[in-house]
Amino acid sequence: MSLKRIDLLICCGSGCISAGSLKIKERFHEVLQEKNLANEINIIETGCMGPCDYGPVMVVYPEGTFYKAVSPEDVEEIVNEHFIKGRPVARLMLQDDEDRTFSTKKEVPFYQKQVKVALANCGYIDPESMDEYIATGGYEALGTVLTTMNQQETIDLVKRSGLRGRGGGGFPTHIKWQMVHDNASDEKYVICNGDEGDPGAFMDRSLLEGDPHRILEGMMIAAYAIGANAGFLYIRAEYPLAIKRIKLAITQAKEAGLMGDNIFGTKFCFDAEVRTGAGAFVCGEETALIHSIEGSRGNPTPKPPYPSSQGLWGKPTIVNNVETFGNVPTIYLKGAEWFASMGTETSKGTKVFALTGDIKNTGLVEVPMGITLRELIFDVGGGMTGGHKFKAVQLGGPSGGCLTAEHLDVPVDYESLKERGAMMGSGGVIVMNDKNCMVNIAKYFMDFCVDESCGKCSPCRIGLKQMLDILERITSGHGKDGDIEELQRLGEAVSKLSLCGLGQSAPNPVLSTIRYFREEYEAHIRDKSCATKVCLDLMHFDIDKEHCIGCSLCARKCPVTCITGNREEKYTIHQLDCVKCGNCQDVCPVKAVSRIPGMHMEVAAKREADNKLTNHYDD
Amino acid sequence: MKTLADLKKIREKAQEEMKLRGGNTRIKIVVGMGTSGIAMGAREVMKTFLEEIANRNLTDVLVTQTGEKGLSSMEPVVDVIEEGKPKVTYGNMTPDKVKKVVVEHVVNGRTVSDYVVATGN
Repeated sequence: MSLKRIDLLICCGSGCISAGSLKIKERFHEVLQEKNLANEINIIETGCMGPCDYGPVMVVYPEGTFYKAVSPEDVEEIVNEHFIKGRPVARLMLQDDEDRTFSTKKEVPFYQKQVKVALANCGYIDPESMDEYIATGGYEALGTVLTTMNQQETIDLVKRSGLRGRGGGGFPTHIKWQMVHDNASDEKYVICNGDEGDPGAFMDRSLLEGDPHRILEGMMIAAYAIGANAGFLYIRAEYPLAIKRIKLAITQAKEAGLMGDNIFGTKFCFDAEVRTGAGAFVCGEETALIHSIEGSRGNPTPKPPYPSSQGLWGKPTIVNNVETFGNVPTIYLKGAEWFASMGTETSKGTKVFALTGDIKNTGLVEVPMGITLRELIFDVGGGMTGGHKFKAVQLGGPSGGCLTAEHLDVPVDYESLKERGAMMGSGGVIVMNDKNCMVNIAKYFMDFCVDESCGKCSPCRIGLKQMLDILERITSGHGKDGDIEELQRLGEAVSKLSLCGLGQSAPNPVLSTIRYFREEYEAHIRDKSCATKVCLDLMHFDIDKEHCIGCSLCARKCPVTCITGNREEKYTIHQLDCVKCGNCQDVCPVKAVSRIPGMHMEVAAKREADNKLTNHYDD
Repeated sequence: MKTLADLKKIREKAQEEMKLRGGNTRIKIVVGMGTSGIAMGAREVMKTFLEEIANRNLTDVLVTQTGEKGLSSMEPVVDVIEEGKPKVTYGNMTPDKVKKVVVEHVVNGRTVSDYVVATGN
């Protein structure tokens, strides 16, 4: 029995680690040693607590005091004031705009609308301790299923819960399980898809890092239900911490007899292995992922045959996302009806989202399905930073689409989002303010998809490249009439004809931005103007002669010496030579340099003259 | 591990280790650790509480600390807070008195009236 009186939980998710949480942990160990308190205070590394924006974060129990943005210099103060004298350090607590202080984790508004199912233990237990997972009810679901339920009952329970795939498609989990269960093959496999690749998404990583045993337990329940006794976790090599922790969890489970032969004294045997992916986005597609595990090139193959009939090494296989498995143990512990009571008619339970972009509380959140985008962005996410206006939200990464302010009251569920041209995706949510150019955003995602296309089928390999070329043309001021229609035509063709999900969904960001921000595309093409001043060719810098004090700083800092003038006549930018580096704006002491939307007349005239010249040669 | 009962054993032991994080506490002991409290030996008092509770394997008792309580002349001051009962404040605590409070109040539920300096909030 220990003398511990304080549990200090330090968030060691990847976000907080990069903000320095490991150094802080070391410092705590040092200070506690010095002050002879090491046997009274438990220091626990946890997985992601969620509010990554405020990292490194920590929670001190029993009170549940929440500290944000802690630095190694603050450690001594926390120990002296809080741990010794019992006076929590107010200046490290979260404060809102109205100067209210939130002392405990429960009070922090970020957590209030969240319902944690898959993330229940993330940030609460030490992911490297199996005992802590067991303390929260871990492996009880597995034991109960193995000893009291048959395979069909196990599948029926998932069916009643209404669980659907969390990786993006939203395919009902029980159908996959049933199909593999019904297959008479004597060899079957379970695969956990941890190949999370969307820009700005980190749900799977955080789950694997924060609660690895939960994923293993979910996999084992699935394996029992379908009659498999081997499983693979496919995790990308960019997630070293997730790989380390899941491997450790497998070792611990094997040592404890929770994995291996005759688990819980039943006939069920199971073994899991980790396979690392090299980070190709296409390997998140199930057939490509299976080929990658088999040791072949990660290319998709046409479906059917579906993995449920011919999967890994030609055997029936289920491929489920990390988060899907993360929900499974809790469904068995708390019951299908409990799970189905959350969410909407067709989308049950909760969903984990990675909130990023121009909002205050970026981080990892879990909310009930059916919550509105407004609640997700403004209540949980804390609203926009810097007083800017909300412009759009991108859901579902490179496969998803953008929604606008008029969609803020749309409930977040599979069907509602799809209807409006976005998708649930794996859960990446990128919130954008009015300083973002939507054409540029579409170009960014298209560029990503062109890079990640495996090249096997021509619609995706060639079609996406054509779309990117058109987008580049538009953003560089060479757009012409009919470009929008051409993008739409290409997009629809690529969606219909591509072999796998990557190509089928890659045009979504472009098509959805055209649908909701067509006037921006038109302004880029017709007026050669980017209202947000993001596309460099469609904006210019100008010096306001009224304000210019003639200090010559801009002229001296200009890398191409295109600014001339003197104290009396003030300074002028020669637009034809300007490379739009923005140095002049940065150095101007009186803010006389500003960005102006639209191509400068001189540049436009020169381009026209150049065009005539080339056309002349063409004739 | 072969049965659910084995799992339960591990769970109970692990829950015990994690009790600071859970809400499963019957009695909370709050030691006043302001400057004057520490000067009068509040750290020793708290340590004794921790040891006594550990020795007796009391799983539902929480020891925590607070700042100056204002009763400087009676330091070290300790509050014993029980769910649904008025708060009891003990003053002039020493490690020996702590032992008695643990036996009488925490275990047997009888207030040690000799050491009480205040009750209620």
